[in-house]
Amino acid sequence: MTATGEIKKSVLVSLWFMFLTFPIMVIRVNTVQDVVEWRWLNMAYIGIGTFFISMLWRYMIRRKEREGKKEKTDNLSFAQKIILDKKIFIPLVALTGLFIIVFPHMFSMYQTNIMISALIYVMLGLGLNIVIGLAGLLDLGYVAFFAVGAYSYALLNLHYGLVFWLALPLGGFLALIFGVILGYPVLRLRGDYLAIVTLGFGEIIRLVLENWNEFSFGPSGIPNIPKPPLFGVDLSLSGSIIYLYYIIVGLVIFTIFVINRLENSRIGRAWIALKDDEIACQAMGIDKARTKLRAFGLGAMWAGMAGVIFAAKTTFINPASFTIWESVIILCTVVLGGMGSITGVISGALLLILLPEYLRAFSEFRMIIFGAVLVLMMVFRPGGIINNVRKTYKFQKT
Amino acid sequence: MKLYFKILVLSLFVLIGFSAPGFAGDTIKLGVAGAHSGDLASYGIPSVHAAELVVKKINAQGGVLGKTVELLVEDDVCKPEVAGNTATKLVSDGVDVVMGHICSGATKSAMGIYKDAGIIAISPSATNPDLTLSGEYPNFLRTIAHDAVQAQLQVKFATNVLKVKKIAILHDKGDYGKGQAELAQKYFTTAGVDVALFEGVTPGAVDYSAIVMKVRRVKPDLVVWGGYHPEASKIVTLMRKKKMDTLFMGSDGVKDDTFIKVAGKYAEGVFATGPMDVSGNAMAIAAKKAHQEAYGSDPGAFFDAAYAATLALLNAVEKAGSTDYNAVMKALKSEYVDTPLGNISFDANGDAIGIGFSVYRVENGVFVEQK
Amino acid sequence: MDFDYFSYLFFGGLTRGSIYALIALGYTMVYGIIQLINFAHGEIYMIGAFTGLIIASVLTMMGLPSLAVIIIAAAAAIIYASAYGFTIEKIAYKPLRDANAPRLSALISAIGMSLFLQNYVLLAQTSDFLPFPSLIPDFEFWEPYSHIWTSAELVIFITTVIVMILLTFLIKFTKIGKAMRATSQDKTMASLLGINVNRVITFTFVVGSATAAIGGILIASHIGQINFYMGFIAGIKAFVAAVLGGIGSIPGAVIGALILGWTESFFTGYISSDYEDVFAFLFLVGILILRPSGILGKSETQKV
Repeated sequence: MTATGEIKKSVLVSLWFMFLTFPIMVIRVNTVQDVVEWRWLNMAYIGIGTFFISMLWRYMIRRKEREGKKEKTDNLSFAQKIILDKKIFIPLVALTGLFIIVFPHMFSMYQTNIMISALIYVMLGLGLNIVIGLAGLLDLGYVAFFAVGAYSYALLNLHYGLVFWLALPLGGFLALIFGVILGYPVLRLRGDYLAIVTLGFGEIIRLVLENWNEFSFGPSGIPNIPKPPLFGVDLSLSGSIIYLYYIIVGLVIFTIFVINRLENSRIGRAWIALKDDEIACQAMGIDKARTKLRAFGLGAMWAGMAGVIFAAKTTFINPASFTIWESVIILCTVVLGGMGSITGVISGALLLILLPEYLRAFSEFRMIIFGAVLVLMMVFRPGGIINNVRKTYKFQKT
Repeated sequence: MKLYFKILVLSLFVLIGFSAPGFAGDTIKLGVAGAHSGDLASYGIPSVHAAELVVKKINAQGGVLGKTVELLVEDDVCKPEVAGNTATKLVSDGVDVVMGHICSGATKSAMGIYKDAGIIAISPSATNPDLTLSGEYPNFLRTIAHDAVQAQLQVKFATNVLKVKKIAILHDKGDYGKGQAELAQKYFTTAGVDVALFEGVTPGAVDYSAIVMKVRRVKPDLVVWGGYHPEASKIVTLMRKKKMDTLFMGSDGVKDDTFIKVAGKYAEGVFATGPMDVSGNAMAIAAKKAHQEAYGSDPGAFFDAAYAATLALLNAVEKAGSTDYNAVMKALKSEYVDTPLGNISFDANGDAIGIGFSVYRVENGVFVEQK
Repeated sequence: MDFDYFSYLFFGGLTRGSIYALIALGYTMVYGIIQLINFAHGEIYMIGAFTGLIIASVLTMMGLPSLAVIIIAAAAAIIYASAYGFTIEKIAYKPLRDANAPRLSALISAIGMSLFLQNYVLLAQTSDFLPFPSLIPDFEFWEPYSHIWTSAELVIFITTVIVMILLTFLIKFTKIGKAMRATSQDKTMASLLGINVNRVITFTFVVGSATAAIGGILIASHIGQINFYMGFIAGIKAFVAAVLGGIGSIPGAVIGALILGWTESFFTGYISSDYEDVFAFLFLVGILILRPSGILGKSETQKV
């Protein structure tokens, strides 16, 4: 690993990329006027850029490998240690709580608004975490339940004038029923087959909403969905945003509480056992079908409630908000944050939803950066931001 | 070391996030919102270019009310949920008037926020009739005629000029396309034309032969398409390749030069409705030339409408003497302004006066207006 | 008359199925080897089409004869798509494999790569639709039938069959094919027997990407237009087809793709295209409930 060797490697890499990006980056044809634009400068940038990036890349990979060896002895990361250490963790939670409470008063309406979006995704991520992180069922159609929640509020309000506070539990309940109905036929499927079938269900629900005009008003959507009322007080724009912010904060805290409880309950342990080994799990006398259905149903319920809030926030919904792409983003929040870990999922959701918003400064480059961040995160931290810490029991010789 | 690094990253993240907005200079802030990335970007980016050109020109002439005009460009990807955030961002940044949004769905979701904040928005491209006719969006105006006007024109042309008896309506299942197709169905049925087929196709599908075969089976005189040009060119191309010479008519989503570019010789004879021909308008020619100089290419869809919308907004602010909601709204609805679309103003609903649709036919590779 | 209509739909479905199959083959090969849903596969197909278009237009402007243009552009598209497949594997998947990362992490990495490539083409080229010249000429001998099935559609179908036969041959009868089968069964065992597992995986990516590029050029010239977003939907559909046929199996991918094509075509023709995708997905769910590993997939018996 001499310096010249390194340089030689990087030169090769940069030559390779100059070749690779040649047609797309250098040539631009205008087929109407038959003009070819040659952008040789781009090639130079690519060459120089990849030269340094490849050096950095190899350095990072080596560092990761070294750390991988080191962690064998001390396999808890910085964040995990904080979570486990009650002395640091509790004040930290208190501080975060304080920050959350004063947040809308410290920052602009826009910041509060995107924080609401991010917290909706925190809820979705935590819900999907039940299905994927705990029970190990890969669900690519999770957004369907989100849609069920959003549409049940919008439609019930439109036809029967149902208020937000009644719609919230009802939306969750309807989504739960859908979760169980959709979960039932797919119990036999495993792994990627399950993924594709749930993807199919997600698309079916969206397509039905899109085509069945009499029921869902089709692609033109439902406008003017009321924001949550506050004892008849007429709220201003910023007032209603702040109010919604506190509602979602409350719900997220409730979600965290419930999931935390679930995780250590009989059901939660059954899920984790099911994820690790189905056969052993059955042998231990756990009803596989019922456990899986519970995971589907409970996961769906949170999505339904998040959907109600989503409808109340945007005040307009149409099927375009519930594409496969949303399912993929929710899945990314769970995996990126660290499957199974509540803090992980929260940080993943905040990162993924706030990042594109803060990357607005880079305007057209924001999505390419977002894609690159996903890849880099997975390459350098495949377990997610915060790896889940499983309860371990040590056998101590006395 | 690692710990410090992490804290550093975290604090940087927080800093970038929260310190972005701030300085409030003495400028008129013009927001431009629309799809600037994603699959509908080609409809949004021309409007940004239009706004940039207008603002550059006006600032060079001394600005509006003696202040320079500042552009705030925000992307909404044409998604309703993102549009809400985009709108609050613009409101938080203290925007005075907005040119946007591009898609009707995104516009609906953003208008509520602008309404509460007392901001006027003019869209160059959102054609959903509800936006102006329902009365729920009083702060909304547009420099494009709405879909119902367009559908009525299509029916008039098809029954009077083409004399069709039986038609097939296809749409792309989207907000814009399906809305348009439903209006067309309504007016064609009232006009006594037999709508033999009304179906949606999946946008982005790799092959449309099944639906083309189905159209062939019902033997319509005319196929009416509700939707954008990419699918239209696929369907027309396939129809012609399968030796069908059925007439084809689209709406302003099809009246785009890209359609002719993509469909090539198969585009010949296709009808499309679109905003009235402005190619003879001196301002439109100048705007097109400025675009070619600044960006090295021809302007895209809705460029003229966006140019007109920006001019109308800034003109109204100038005439009103302030950025006050009522004063600007009054100026918009009473003052006429010269734009690439002609001399325009707005009616009580917010639809532009002096803007209409015409029917075009592709002849020798260009859209030719039909009288 | 009605039989005519049936045959139109039948051939329409055959075209659609062949298109899905060309993309699904790459999916299924990669999945067969490393059990990864390669989300970026659709993007490789898109890049293949873009490279083909760019090279073809440049050559046409230089004044080369059209046959030479077709051959060089197709070759360039295949070479570049393979190069991209190779590079993506090295950047986004290999480090994860080396670190024994969870399978879902690789999926997210693939999604990130897909986003990256889409926006890379968007920024470097254009967000607009570009016209794609129809590279396949209209054969004269086929003229009497072209109202049912155009010659381009015929070429697509024949190419699909050839590619499938070649791939089956490659996997069944060559040395590298044997190594691929061994790797897909058990990576550790394969490497113990002296197979360079990494090289086999790279090879699979290169071959899979090459088939995607072939698909990219043919489909683009059939549809007549391309843009940076074309890979996403085609990729999803092809993935469904691959799963339907039993993911990992080459003939399975083709059969699954054809069945999906026919299902959509007949449903559109006889019922309604509004719900064609709904029906296609319901059909998939139905098949998978009856045969949980797809039509040609081997059902794995669980051993304890």
